[in-house]
This record gives sequence, C-alpha cells and structure tokens, in this order.
Amino acid sequence: MIINHPLLGPRDAAEFIYKGDASLIDRPDGMAEGALAAFDAYLHLRDNPAGLHRELWYHEQGDRSWLVVTRNTLTHEITRVELARDVARAQGRGR
Amino acid sequence: MQYSAWRIFTQALKGNSGWKPVWRDPDPKPEYDIVIIGGGGHGLATAYYLSKVFGQHKVAVLEKGWIGSGNVGRNTTIIRSNYLLDGNQPFYEFSMKLWEGLEQDFNYNAMVSQRGVLNLFHSDAQRDAYVRRGNAMLMSGADAVLLDRARLRAMCPFLDFDNARFPIHGALWQPRAGTVRHDAVAWGYARGADQNGVDIVQNCEVTGLLVQNGRCDGVETTRGTIRAKKVAVCVAGSSSRVMAMAGLRLPIESHVLQAFVSEGLKPVIPGVITFGAGHFYVSQSNKGGLVFGGDIDGYNSYAQRGNMATVEDVCEGGMGIMPMIGRARLLRMWGGIMDMSMDGSPFIDRTPIDGLYFNGGWCYGGFKATPASGYCYAHLLARDAPHEVARAYRLDRFARGAPIDEKGVGAQPNLH
Repeated sequence: MIINHPLLGPRDAAEFIYKGDASLIDRPDGMAEGALAAFDAYLHLRDNPAGLHRELWYHEQGDRSWLVVTRNTLTHEITRVELARDVARAQGRGR
Repeated sequence: MQYSAWRIFTQALKGNSGWKPVWRDPDPKPEYDIVIIGGGGHGLATAYYLSKVFGQHKVAVLEKGWIGSGNVGRNTTIIRSNYLLDGNQPFYEFSMKLWEGLEQDFNYNAMVSQRGVLNLFHSDAQRDAYVRRGNAMLMSGADAVLLDRARLRAMCPFLDFDNARFPIHGALWQPRAGTVRHDAVAWGYARGADQNGVDIVQNCEVTGLLVQNGRCDGVETTRGTIRAKKVAVCVAGSSSRVMAMAGLRLPIESHVLQAFVSEGLKPVIPGVITFGAGHFYVSQSNKGGLVFGGDIDGYNSYAQRGNMATVEDVCEGGMGIMPMIGRARLLRMWGGIMDMSMDGSPFIDRTPIDGLYFNGGWCYGGFKATPASGYCYAHLLARDAPHEVARAYRLDRFARGAPIDEKGVGAQPNLH
C-alpha cells in the first residue's frame, strides 16, 4: 500500500506503524460521570467496518507524524490522508 | 454409511458404485431449536457435538457459501496445546485430547498427525520463559520437553544454529502436537452432524437477526425467515459484521493473515518448527510442500489478501532460521480474515440479547481449537452454562479487568 502523506508525498505503508480506528483520537474525559464505562468502550470496542475505515497511522520511519487515513478495508484502496493534528483541531482539541 | 477398510475392499469389487454423498443438501425448515450461523470448522463442530453429545437434533447450520470455504480451508493446519495462562491452557489441552480421538469418534480420516511442534529459543531469558511455559503445560496434563542444542541438532540439523542475531540454544517441544488435514475436519464434522439429523444449509446468507424486546427469535436469510429458540453466531473473521445486525460492538478488529506453500519437496522437516523471535513457522504437508507463515499484516482488512512487506518479512524469517528454504520456490500464497481480539484470546459466551450466543475472536489460532470450541459452544447452547474449560472466555472480561493476554501487550489487536 502507498500512503500519500500530506507533507512528504507518496510513501510505502511499511514505513508506518498502524494504531487502529481514528476514533482513538477522542479520548474520553476521565473526570466525567460514567468515565469507567466510557474508557472500557474507548479501549476495547470497535466498529470494525467492512468498507471505508478512518484509521491512525504513525510515520515512524519518516517524519513521525500521525495521520488519519481513510481506507477501504475490502480493497485496501486509500481515498484520503490527513494530518491527525488537523483532524483533532477541527474537532476543537487544543493540540 | 460407516467407513472402514472392509468397506473400501467391497466397494473396490463393485467398481466404487456404492459411495453416497457425504451429507444431504436440505432446504431450510421454517423453525429450529438452534440455528448456527457459519458453516466453518467451529460451526460444524458445534452442530456435531450438539447432536451427538447434548441430544439436540433440531439444529441447522447456515452457511453463506459452501461449508469449509472460510478459514478452516485456508489455515496452516497446526494443532498444539502449548499456552501459558490458566484461562487458555486447559481449554487447548481439552482440544488436543479431542483431536486425538477425533477420527474414531466421527469415523472420518482427518489425517491427524502428531509429529510434534518445536518452539525455538535464542537466549537464557527465553529458555527460562519456555521452562515456565513447559511447566504450565505439564500441570494442565499436556506434554512438554525442553530440548538442548545437541538434541535439537540431532532432530533438525538444517537449522542455522550459529545465526549471529538469533543463535539457537534449544527448543520447547510438544511431541503430541502436530498437523491435521484441515478440509477433512470440516467434512468429517459435517458428515457426523448430518447423520445425527442436523440440517446443513449452504448458499444461505444471514441478512438480519430478528431481535425484539431484547430477545433474538431467529434470522432473516436469502432463503427466507428461519425462527429459532437460540441463534449461535460462529463466523470468526466476520464477527463484527454479523453482530452489528444486532447492534452490538465487539472487542475485535478484523485483520489479514497470509500463508505460503512452496513447491513439493522430499521429506525434509520432521514436524512443525516455530521461530517466535522472528515470527516464522513452518511444517511440511503430506504432499511435500513447505507450509509456512508469520505475522499478520497489521491493519484492518476484509480483503483476504495481504501486502508485499509481510511476504518479505516472513521469507526473511525463514531465511534467518533455515537458510535451505531459499532453495525452494514459493508456489502460492493467500490471506484469510482473522478476528483479532483485544487480548489475543477468544470468546464463547452469551450476549446481552437473550437467545443470541457468540463464538469468535480466535485471532490466528482458531484451527487447533476447533473440537474444543465446538464442544464448549454446544455445552453453552444446550445447558446455558459455560463448559468448565471455557469459563474465562467471557465478553465482559475487559470491563472486569480480567483479560487473558498471553503476550502481555495490552488492548492492541495487531500486536497479539
């Protein structure tokens, strides 16, 4: 697979480490009510779709940026690559 | 029809005109006591033990394609019971004991071959870990032998003992482990279940689960609605897709695992050899091909094929430990979808929905578990209580802080 890095251009997926579903960006608030159940779901439960999947890849053998890659799990086709920090900021995260 | 040497002899005299299809091809009935979704090894084994041991005969197995067309027909055929943790090892040893009696039990030649599994070690620390694992195996009633370098060299002189990065110091050996003809397992269980009255319905895809007021009453299929008192999901690889029909999310990611076969060679490898440090394992099929594999690719996939980086990694592992493999040509390779769970261990459990049961999360180790998985799932379905050796395989074990994490890497499925 080739991941089209937003800053570095097309890179071999072997340069990256795979983390998992991009919803892992949305870490629950540990001080909120029901945090225990929220963290259980956050850590352990996954949508695991067959089709489009937004997922986190870490460019370990490159610029060490985190990317959000939209990839089809049925075909391995990659349709969108974003910097994870842009995705997080767009969701209102401070950093 | 009972198979025997006498039957082969008499059929030979009759020009083999008396052999019959091994299972029926029935249309689904409108209602069953138990409907099993998934005609793979585990689903068919569940049906077999339900009908044979637990007295359940109104049972159907629904299969989207043809039986045995999933992972039971695309694995590397290894059976073993060399786990460490309490939640796992008694279960896998139970499975090994069922393998040992399986062919006589279901009267079908599954070519169970106890040719032994070797786990190589490369350092003092790794040897200590394998001594501990061997002791856990012995305590569960399994067999384990620690081989030093000299004994291992006598058994496998072709290994690269003086490899600079991974010098081989010895191995943990389970002599009772080995390989089984994987397709024959599906066929043998199907035949046995069919003889006990189970309907095996092929080309029947489940398109919906009938869930009302927290109860599952049956399934919608491409061949009509089928009502059931109990619905047993057994579709490892696609577990999340099927359970999503009931609105449930699972502690599972689907990943691709690749496997490889070389051209046929004369006998060169005595049993199964695993190189855990580099993640490569190999055995030789009865046809002579070297059957080998390694790590999963490491990303979510339902594509049933992998990428080149993993092919290279597996072949490097092979060359690292067994340089002679470089002389063999790769004949074919393929990929299968694995239910990778959050702790690397499986589930055999009820769900929050009454009448809906779940079996899955087998990671890349489901084949060896087939008999025990079927037996324990049948026990759960028939008696609504877990079998003694499968008590730990609960869906809520993460919330309770009781994962069964053999590798100790946490809730990161691609590391298990």
